[in-house]
Amino acid sequence: MREVVEKKVLSENDRLAGELRQRYSEQDILCVNLISSPGSGKTALLERTLASFTESRRVAVLTGDIQTDNDARRLLRFGFPVRQIVTGGTCHLDARMIDRHLNELGFRGPGLLLVENVGNLVCPSSYDLGEAAKVVLLSVTEGEDKPLKYPGIFHRASLMILTKTDLLPHVEFNPDLALENARKVHPEIDYMALSSWTGDGFDQWLRWLNALQHKVQQTATAINS
Amino acid sequence: MHEIGIASSILECVEAEARRHPGTQVLAVGVRIGELSNVDKDALDFAFEALTRDTHRENLKLVVEWCPRRQKCLVCAEEFNVQNLELSCPKCGSDHSACVGGTELDIAYLELEESCAKS
Repeated sequence: MREVVEKKVLSENDRLAGELRQRYSEQDILCVNLISSPGSGKTALLERTLASFTESRRVAVLTGDIQTDNDARRLLRFGFPVRQIVTGGTCHLDARMIDRHLNELGFRGPGLLLVENVGNLVCPSSYDLGEAAKVVLLSVTEGEDKPLKYPGIFHRASLMILTKTDLLPHVEFNPDLALENARKVHPEIDYMALSSWTGDGFDQWLRWLNALQHKVQQTATAINS
Repeated sequence: MHEIGIASSILECVEAEARRHPGTQVLAVGVRIGELSNVDKDALDFAFEALTRDTHRENLKLVVEWCPRRQKCLVCAEEFNVQNLELSCPKCGSDHSACVGGTELDIAYLELEESCAKS
């Protein structure tokens, strides 16, 4: 006898992510989920991002790692609320972790919530964190074919950021080919290239964030009014 | 790497559904896995076997339906499977299409056997 179930395998995570999304919308929070391989420059991107904000900017960071609070310590010096999520072996962040740590952080909107996922191009793409956008980072010291090898995340990400462009003169990496590969998987993906080290191209990232936050605020105002 | 978590979520769902059918043995659970879901079938089989071994679900079968990426043409509405990342419509040649399949990570059904007798 066959019993039809028709349920998402991760329905419990999806339910919690839905609650987070609702909370973000009510409190006017823009949540962005940063995903990449280990060492592609997520923390460096966050460092320069936080350094560029004025004190009055309402922003919080949740940063995930399997072990150590090194990233949180790097980010805390900018004076904004930061919390390390140590997953203790789990290769991704899930909605329950975000919910718990967001409560402990006591961050309330309106504002920007930057989530740095565990360094991994596979598992984080399956777990909805209620974010408005997933952003995938690819550094020039990786291969141009990463989007073809890990299509799941490049398909789900709204934006692909090519990082460490200051190293381009020293490595054999073709940015056009990387973008072409990403667009084979996801033709509409946004793209930018930058260096968190020199700051080259960084303005477009800040503009992208501000534009998205503006859009989210307008939507929230429309819904909540 | 997260297939253990996926297998564990599948088993939680099986237990929840099984409670709705007391006295009924669950023979199999059918799942749909899309090629963009980032779940590896072999790793999932391995995780499922590891989690059910020496438990009351030891004989539970996992049946995986593998779902290719499917696109729908935004010009002529043709639906097609994507092969070798070829996203242009095979019917009209348009490059504008939307993804309509391949991200599945669903529990589709349970195969149940009426069985009140204890062996």
